[in-house]
Amino acid sequence: MAHYDLSTPITEAQTRALRIDDTVTLNGPLFGIRDATQIAMFDRGRATRFDLAGHAVIHTAPNVKKVDVSPANPTGYAPVCIGTTTSSRMERFTRPLLERCGVRIVIGKGGLGVASLAAFGEIGGAYLAIVGGTAALETTWIEAIEDVDLDDLNPESLWRFRVRGFGPLRVAMDSHGGSLYTSVDADARGKRAAALAALGVNARPAR
Amino acid sequence: MLRIDPGVVENVAKELYIRALKILPPDIKQGFDTLAARETAATAQNVLGTMIRNIAVAEATDNLLCQDTGIPIYNVTIGRGVELSGDDGAALKAAIRKGCERATREHPLRSSIVHPLTRANEHTSCGIGVPVIQIDHRDEIDGLRIEMIPKGSGSENNSWLKMAVPAEGIDAIKTFVIDCVLDAGGKTCPPTIVGVGVGGTADLCMHLAKIAATRPLGTHCADAEGAKLEDELSGAVNMLGVGPQGLGGDATAFAVHVELAATHITMNPVAVNMQCHSARRASAAITSAGVSYGF
Ligand code: SF4
Repeated sequence: MAHYDLSTPITEAQTRALRIDDTVTLNGPLFGIRDATQIAMFDRGRATRFDLAGHAVIHTAPNVKKVDVSPANPTGYAPVCIGTTTSSRMERFTRPLLERCGVRIVIGKGGLGVASLAAFGEIGGAYLAIVGGTAALETTWIEAIEDVDLDDLNPESLWRFRVRGFGPLRVAMDSHGGSLYTSVDADARGKRAAALAALGVNARPAR
Repeated sequence: MLRIDPGVVENVAKELYIRALKILPPDIKQGFDTLAARETAATAQNVLGTMIRNIAVAEATDNLLCQDTGIPIYNVTIGRGVELSGDDGAALKAAIRKGCERATREHPLRSSIVHPLTRANEHTSCGIGVPVIQIDHRDEIDGLRIEMIPKGSGSENNSWLKMAVPAEGIDAIKTFVIDCVLDAGGKTCPPTIVGVGVGGTADLCMHLAKIAATRPLGTHCADAEGAKLEDELSGAVNMLGVGPQGLGGDATAFAVHVELAATHITMNPVAVNMQCHSARRASAAITSAGVSYGF
């Protein structure tokens, strides 16, 4: 279980060095994406002017406030509260993010599925778990909102944050077929019969 | 007699939304301490520690606990001595809606509410039927009580209803709850409060599950059989090892809460609705003495 302090963008080799249960702290640009962002990009063919190659994306839609444009707030948005949303809704976008945009790291909560795990293995990517619902803390790791694209989708715009000491995050899915979600799920389902027995129920197969 | 002043209700509705998003109720904080004290997995200890730290950071920085501003729900209880006449009911609802919108614009908060078909966001946290406003009457309280719950989508997206049949008995209810917790995995931001509705009609059953999920920790089902079931289920779901954030561990749920309603001789409905660890709620009492806030 190693710890990595990474500055984005990162290379394929750096990505493939990550193994489940390692921890990572990120510095540099971090891109915020969500459902509507990816529906626009991958289903409706909207292009972004951002180069995501080698970068990390986070499943989010921030609370922001409108402020005067200044060197500290070049977009005219200041962060209020930035957190992380459930990743599984966006499962089908992992492969195009990696394949078409060159993204290396997906940050989210709750995990992604087998299709994403396959894409991480084939192309070289990893999923880093953040603790969902701890946005007040997460916001303190964000230095600025550096840029924003597709802002008609606000709050589901494509955000470019600048982060420092973002983490530690846990490598929960790696490029070697490892997934904490798969192993925890299998273990939990293995305990189903015992839990039902404790309730006085004869276990029947899951619905 | 207390006359409802829409201006006061509007301010309270605004204030409640913001308070609920920032300060976790004491029963939930206590729930965290209980889970952390008995957690045996190292990863889970770590995750719980981060959650507990976040509660302190939110208070210290006067920030939101979670970025998800949720679906705003206002539960209004009209007690003794409240004079309602003419258009007062409609004015009460309008005032709450206005307060919800003002919280969103003035704080500002992320509006998480969109039209269900066009997906257009009015940036007001309001839309058709939202905020959800429920009005009830109770003679045991004085004045008006308003409870606000910003219901997070990660937990709300994991909601289930099963119209089981009488021949499947209570076993179907227990099995369903266990399978829902397994299917939810980490998507609901565990540790959760697992709300279980049993009986009623399909819609009442689901509504009971929501009441159960948002009830304070340490409270129990008023029906003795229901209370027994929630005790049994609380123990069983924490045997599964889903753990905080679904990353493994003992702390899968703070508790399972059960709410019951009578049902039809041919029916055996069971519903599950979950509340995530950001189990936010705030309440206010409006009486002739003024406004006081609590949880
Ligand atoms: S499930 Fe709850 S804690 Fe998790 S992100 Fe949603 S609102 Fe926040």
